[in-house]
Amino acid sequence: MSMNPHGQESSASGSQMAISDEVAIQLNNVHKWYGQFHVLKDINLTVHRGERIVICGPSGSGKSTLIRCINRLEEHQKGQIIVDNIELTGDLKHIELVRREVGMLFQHFNLFPHLTVMENCTLAPIWVRKMPKADAEETAMKYLERVKIPEQAQKFPGQLSGGQQQRVAIARSLCMNPRVMLFDEPTSALDPEMIAEVLDVMVGLAESGMTMLCVTHEMGFARKVANRVIFMDGGEIIEQNDPEQFFNNPKSDRTKLFLSQILHH
Amino acid sequence: MAVDQVAPAARPPFFYDPRVRAIFFQVLVLALVILGGAYLVNNTLANLARQGIASGFGFLDTTAGFGISMSLVEYSEESTYGRVFLVGFLNTILVSVVGVFFATVLGFLIGVARLSRNWVVSKMANAYIETLRNIPLLLQLFFWYFAVLRTLPSPRNSVELFGSFFLNNRGLTSPSPIPEAGFSTVVISFAVAIVAAFFVARWARKRQEATGQQFPRFWAGLGIIIGLPLLAAIVTGFPLSWSVPELRGFNFVNGMVLIPEFVALVVALSTYTAAFIAEIVRAGITSVSHGQTEAAFALGLRRSPTLRLVIIPQALRVIIPPLTSQYLNLTKNSSLAAAIAYPDIVLVFAGTVLMQTGQAVEIISITMATYLALSLLISGFMNWYNQKMALVER
Repeated sequence: MSMNPHGQESSASGSQMAISDEVAIQLNNVHKWYGQFHVLKDINLTVHRGERIVICGPSGSGKSTLIRCINRLEEHQKGQIIVDNIELTGDLKHIELVRREVGMLFQHFNLFPHLTVMENCTLAPIWVRKMPKADAEETAMKYLERVKIPEQAQKFPGQLSGGQQQRVAIARSLCMNPRVMLFDEPTSALDPEMIAEVLDVMVGLAESGMTMLCVTHEMGFARKVANRVIFMDGGEIIEQNDPEQFFNNPKSDRTKLFLSQILHH
Repeated sequence: MAVDQVAPAARPPFFYDPRVRAIFFQVLVLALVILGGAYLVNNTLANLARQGIASGFGFLDTTAGFGISMSLVEYSEESTYGRVFLVGFLNTILVSVVGVFFATVLGFLIGVARLSRNWVVSKMANAYIETLRNIPLLLQLFFWYFAVLRTLPSPRNSVELFGSFFLNNRGLTSPSPIPEAGFSTVVISFAVAIVAAFFVARWARKRQEATGQQFPRFWAGLGIIIGLPLLAAIVTGFPLSWSVPELRGFNFVNGMVLIPEFVALVVALSTYTAAFIAEIVRAGITSVSHGQTEAAFALGLRRSPTLRLVIIPQALRVIIPPLTSQYLNLTKNSSLAAAIAYPDIVLVFAGTVLMQTGQAVEIISITMATYLALSLLISGFMNWYNQKMALVER
């Protein structure tokens, strides 16, 4: 690969966080079709443990599909996806193992409305990790404190604001103690004043060394925490670089056009 | 002088005051209802008196003098009209309960099948729903009774199933169990097994809370409920004998008979209602957004715990209210029994007894009150269940 995946030299804050040589996610020649529509075209991507990657691109470029393939919410038809040395195939056992290690955040939070915040957080640890209830609740409380809403534990998701709900969703994912976190436009459905509180939590997560793949249009976030920015268009990875190079010195015309559209209005 | 000031909300003219109007119209409606009711009662009483029909409920103690083809309690021609009411009422309840049970099971199966990713299964479920719910129930009832069950062979040429079940135009004849000494042990062990299964389930839940270990509650419970009575039966040497039906002359003796009217009514009611329940179940499940499934999957939950812990609890709150009205429909539709002579409350009480006594007002009132009470009971129960399952959410 010609790109510099680690970005040690440039990205000021990014370089301070440790990136190991261990490969967390490996995509080799991945293709995906929706019927006749070719969504992902020959995607190659290596993510090292501790990397924080921001994926951006116009809508319909396949960026959400790409990260949804990594925990097999979408199936790829060709190529290889290896997460934590486990290859994602039709094997249900593999899919289950990968999903345990990969947390995911959604645009619309997808909290379980019939369960309290606490129950949302303990459901998977109890039923998947087979944790005792008391331990699961203790862990949940720890992460609810980390996302700064321990006092909401006994409320239902419907009683919380969007920003609070998304923070609960982060806590819910963290309770499974994932090694990788995927973010699918986590702030797109939020009111502007709530975006900051969610981004703060995500920055904290990045600083703790979590491997993160983040589809987002928050370019401030990308500059601050990403060590690599990937630009996708038409199902292909057009360009990837460290944030400074990416924003100040984009190489392809499509990247330039995209950046001019989202940065100057 | 405060001439240019806005007048401080002067009282409107008497008849334009909304409060006065409200009271006036309420009094008017009430008066009309009372007057109308009094007129009807008065008229009825006058008519009855002119025809020489005594009103009152004394007729309930009179001997009925006719036979009933199926009865859950002891009944003979010497029994009273009151007894006829009880027989008809129990028959209505029986057909409703059995019908609700099968309609629910069938409806849930077909509703889930309708959502299957298997093309054939989904289309077949769809065909079932569209056929059954678009043909009048009475016609379906006639189909099952006249076209299917009535065309079965006579008892002498019965269709034999497993050597001891006989299907013919007089119904389904099957062996009836006769308990012998020691059978009570089996019954008691069955009761014990149910209690034990309950405690095992509770223990399993407590243990999971404490240690996280999971336990196959369902299968263990099923094992206990089947295994313990079986063990008791083996120990006591199977204290149950069967009265096997035997063909004597033109009909069977011994054993017990499910009359074709009952079978036809249960089949028609449950298959018809199942089509509606299937649509309700499908709507309930699809009402839960796909994001919920994705979130559960992303957390590592498998398909079956996802359904059980995330999808079904949310689907149920959408399913229960319309399900209640289907149960009510089925119960009330069971009065179509009269069309094929199944002895339900409408046929024997609001039919035969009414013809014999002429006590139309009393009999129709009793029958209506009975259905009303039954329906209120069902919807009361379902509302309670709905409140239990309803989403707290906020």
